[in-house]
Amino acid sequence: MIYREAGQFKTTYAADQAIFPIAQDRVFIALVALAAFVAVPLVANDYWLQAILIPFLIYSLAALGLNLLTGYAGQLSLGTGGFMAVGAYSAFKLTTAFPWLNMILVFVLAGVVAAAVGLLFGIPSLRIKGFYLAVATLAAQFFLIWLFNKVGWFVNYASSGTATAPPRTMLGVMVTGPQATAPVRYLMALGMVVLFALVAKNLVRGRVGRSWMAIRDRDIAAEIIGIRPLQTKLLAFAISSFYCGVAGAELLFLYLGSVETLAFDINLSFLVLFMVIIGGLGSVLGSFLGAAFIMLVPIFLTNAPRWLGLAMATDTQKHLELMIFGGLIVFFLIVEPRGLARLWQITKEKLRLWPFPH
Amino acid sequence: MKLRAFLIGGLIAALVAGPLAGAVLAQSNTLFLPLLVYRTGPFAPNGIPSANGFNDYFNLLNERDGGINGVKIAWEECETQYKTDLGVECYERLKSKGPLIVNPFSTGITYQLIPKAPVDKVVIHSAGYGMTASADGRWFPWVFNFPMTYWSQASAFIKYVGAQEGGLDKLKGKKIIHIFHNSPYGKEANPTLEDLARKHQFELTLLPVDSPGQEQKATWLQVRRINPDWIYISGWGVMNQVAVKEAAAHGMKMDHVVGNWWTGTETDVVPAGDAAKGYKSMTFHAPGNNFKIHQDILKLVHGKGKGTGPKEGVGEVLYNRTIINAMLDTEAIRLAMQKFGAKGAPTAEQVRWGMENLNITEQRLEQLGMKGLMRPLRVTCDNHEGNGLALVQQWDGKKWTIVSDWIEPMRDVVRPKLEAAAVEEGKKLGYSPRDCAKEK
Repeated sequence: MIYREAGQFKTTYAADQAIFPIAQDRVFIALVALAAFVAVPLVANDYWLQAILIPFLIYSLAALGLNLLTGYAGQLSLGTGGFMAVGAYSAFKLTTAFPWLNMILVFVLAGVVAAAVGLLFGIPSLRIKGFYLAVATLAAQFFLIWLFNKVGWFVNYASSGTATAPPRTMLGVMVTGPQATAPVRYLMALGMVVLFALVAKNLVRGRVGRSWMAIRDRDIAAEIIGIRPLQTKLLAFAISSFYCGVAGAELLFLYLGSVETLAFDINLSFLVLFMVIIGGLGSVLGSFLGAAFIMLVPIFLTNAPRWLGLAMATDTQKHLELMIFGGLIVFFLIVEPRGLARLWQITKEKLRLWPFPH
Repeated sequence: MKLRAFLIGGLIAALVAGPLAGAVLAQSNTLFLPLLVYRTGPFAPNGIPSANGFNDYFNLLNERDGGINGVKIAWEECETQYKTDLGVECYERLKSKGPLIVNPFSTGITYQLIPKAPVDKVVIHSAGYGMTASADGRWFPWVFNFPMTYWSQASAFIKYVGAQEGGLDKLKGKKIIHIFHNSPYGKEANPTLEDLARKHQFELTLLPVDSPGQEQKATWLQVRRINPDWIYISGWGVMNQVAVKEAAAHGMKMDHVVGNWWTGTETDVVPAGDAAKGYKSMTFHAPGNNFKIHQDILKLVHGKGKGTGPKEGVGEVLYNRTIINAMLDTEAIRLAMQKFGAKGAPTAEQVRWGMENLNITEQRLEQLGMKGLMRPLRVTCDNHEGNGLALVQQWDGKKWTIVSDWIEPMRDVVRPKLEAAAVEEGKKLGYSPRDCAKEK
């Protein structure tokens, strides 16, 4: 009743091709954006910002990056952690070498470095496919982590091997380092996520995205209709790694404050891959939903017993959390193998007919 | 649809029917001390006895003395699995409850919390671990790592090796291997070992083991090829058990294999069986449960059914270490309460003062029932490491026994390096040093 598009006529191509063609969607998104940019920094406390929302935004960006590669271009990658590490360490090197450099620029340049590395490790994708490619990207993961562990130059020869985010200001406001307040770091992460999500959405709607999907669905057929596999696949690797690199840099500068290579180990690659699968392959929204699910549900499960007034031993609680979380993943994969994004879509379709379904 | 309903029902049932255990709820007007623990994951073998020690000591104070000066201690455990991001989440969650002292119990998490400490005004105590450079209290007023740092420990190890070989000059040409957990924790001792290798001209080889450390075959093949005179291990969690087993399997002389003090508790050596006999490790306190404090804990805590973990665990190496850790923290709080005459809980600022002016005398140790368990300790404004000394203990197949005198670390080597590192680390964070002469 409320959510229907009857009477909304599109008279231009621009209106027809808008990201959100339905007026109600536009209002909803505008309200969400308003809440995220204005209400959240005013209302949320440090714990919510620092421990929940900032990591959620960063993981969303990483999941978005992987989704472009795996979901849209169909190239399975397990190197996400490695590419994020490239972003983090190159941002660290950049800002310690050129302290005057604007932080946004540092993040973007770190993404570019990660893109170059991704390009390099994307080359095998031309010859190997599917699970075999996953193994090849796994090599990237292990090699990159080994490199950052081995070569002291990447952490400016810190004896502990940790890269620490130095304090940096932007427009007179501290944006990284321990003095930077949580709302500032949150807004920074949010701004970049929104920007890059918009870019991604437009990429996948356009020529580039269509060629990725053609390669994903049938590479030989795509080649026959004139899509060049080399350029297309490498572009997917580069752009995906760019996103992951920016997310990695944010992980260091906006979330953790100091990282060791352990933060980017293989578990992170799997975590981001799970986010993409749970959220929905080939969906921008799915990246956000998947990140929210993988990030927030364990935290919710950790806190839930206390909210309910149930006190239990720490280890029991942790084991229970893992069991429930695992159960939920299986549950969602059975109920909706195409991910949370698909569930959202179904909800929207049902809402259109509500309250009078056929 | 049936399956869906079944699954949802099952999940709800699993959520509700979780086994229940004793409740610890933070109240107002209590001394709140969060515990970052790891009772699950690959580091649990070491995390569990450590966490139990803290719980039992706090319970003892509440049961026996009614807390500290009549104010009860409240604490809450938060599971970190030794992972830094989970540790940060725990810290942020527990921060709002006004923690007086945070014990991260992980060098990686300590590194995360050090920059936050002065901003959030939270005292960080990394007892015998953490960032060595933070021992310079002029640069890091909120961070403490007494009774000793990794660098001091490594120098004490070299001193011990020298004594065994018949003098530090005999070290020349000897081959020493450092096998370390490939993380900030494991790497911590490397700079000192490298310095000492140059000074005393022994051949040092650094062999990293990637976390969690179940896989060490390649490392030990290298060890066998080098055929070292001494092996020093900085491990944690499952890495320790594997390292001790591998050392035995490769026929190393076990009394020449020395763990640092996180690589020498019962759970590390028991899996290797008789082969672990002779294995040594550093420590800074006595092993065993025949001290008065243990009698008190067994009688007043475990006797009343309030114990955490098994009774047999009382007196394990890591258990003893954490009751000492808990004692140091609570004594600092007590000192702060005496000094500032606070009714109820002191502020974190006051506790920071208490930590900095901590002076545990022999007499005080006797009152605490810890005489012989550890040495007197004194912390000052510029020295947050204190004046701790190291010991070497040896496993005889059944229990640990102390096999050395108290070893004074090479402070002349460690302190200048430490001060230089503090300047470097402090500048990274944009700090400026304070003048300790002006502190009261």
